[in-house]
Amino acid sequence: MENYILYAVTIILVLFSLCLDRKKTQVAIYKAGQALKNVFPQLIGVIVLVGIMLAILNPRMISQLIGDAAGWWGVFLASVLGAVTFIPGFVAFPTAAMLLENGAGYMQIGAFISSLMMVGVMTYPVEVKYFGRKVALFRNCLAFIFSFLVAFIIGKVVG
Amino acid sequence: MLELLKRYRFFLSTALITVFLLIFNRQVGIKAVEVSGRCFIQMLLIVPPIFILIGLLDVWVPRETMVKYMGEGSGLKGIILAFFLGSAAVGPLYGAFPVAAVLMKKGAKFTNILILMGAWSTTKIPMFLFEMSALSAKFAFTRLAVDIPGIILMAYLVNGLLKPAELKTITENISNF
Repeated sequence: MENYILYAVTIILVLFSLCLDRKKTQVAIYKAGQALKNVFPQLIGVIVLVGIMLAILNPRMISQLIGDAAGWWGVFLASVLGAVTFIPGFVAFPTAAMLLENGAGYMQIGAFISSLMMVGVMTYPVEVKYFGRKVALFRNCLAFIFSFLVAFIIGKVVG
Repeated sequence: MLELLKRYRFFLSTALITVFLLIFNRQVGIKAVEVSGRCFIQMLLIVPPIFILIGLLDVWVPRETMVKYMGEGSGLKGIILAFFLGSAAVGPLYGAFPVAAVLMKKGAKFTNILILMGAWSTTKIPMFLFEMSALSAKFAFTRLAVDIPGIILMAYLVNGLLKPAELKTITENISNF
């Protein structure tokens, strides 16, 4: 559904741009191609890495790892797993719901979801390419620490 | 040739690991290939339109406009716009980097760039609805309430940790994309 909207918007804007200025549109498409060419090697590297990681760390394995580890140790484990995992939201939330059923607490789920979304160990190489090592490292480390705060508050409010 | 090898060394090393997996643990290896294949298709679907939109933005939006809405002195307006752009986005976080790059090239403030990436990763609207149904509204709203100030705070922290010279290098580097 989202993809259809994305494509519809893109096609409409390209047509609109073509009507306004053919030359500029060509430049835009050319620039798009160049920019894509620039990151393509990193992107496919990330994709193969994600394949390896998800083959080893499937949802059942994650739930076994977090499931019975309670307290802050469980929160830490959940944050680490969230950080190294790269899964789309529509898989992440059902996984989290499954974790809950398997005995994980809301705190651990909060940590897992938060670090899963904000910390990207898998996408780190791409991030470094764009923003340099320092920004990528700071952003990811801060987001990792932040997931503990999220865990704490979720634990207080929801748990 | 060497240049090409260097550009693809990250991909080649991950591909090599997959080959080892296929040899030593066939089942896991096959799973890895399957997942990579699926992710690759997802990338092929999502990435081209994002890059075309970036290209259009690059040629059509004048620098002054970007500076006015997201640059230095854009204040709350810039923060809100960054949040909105990130939350309305489609696709995984790697799609946010090139978008962030073109905005930065056009003169958006670095804190707003970081806010956009934070929102892209965390406060996407369809994901929020999904979270509510999978984990309860209370969970989703609590997380949102913590995440919004968190994203802003972290953006200013990361920005504050950079020296002006480092920020300049990043801006120059990003303009080459």
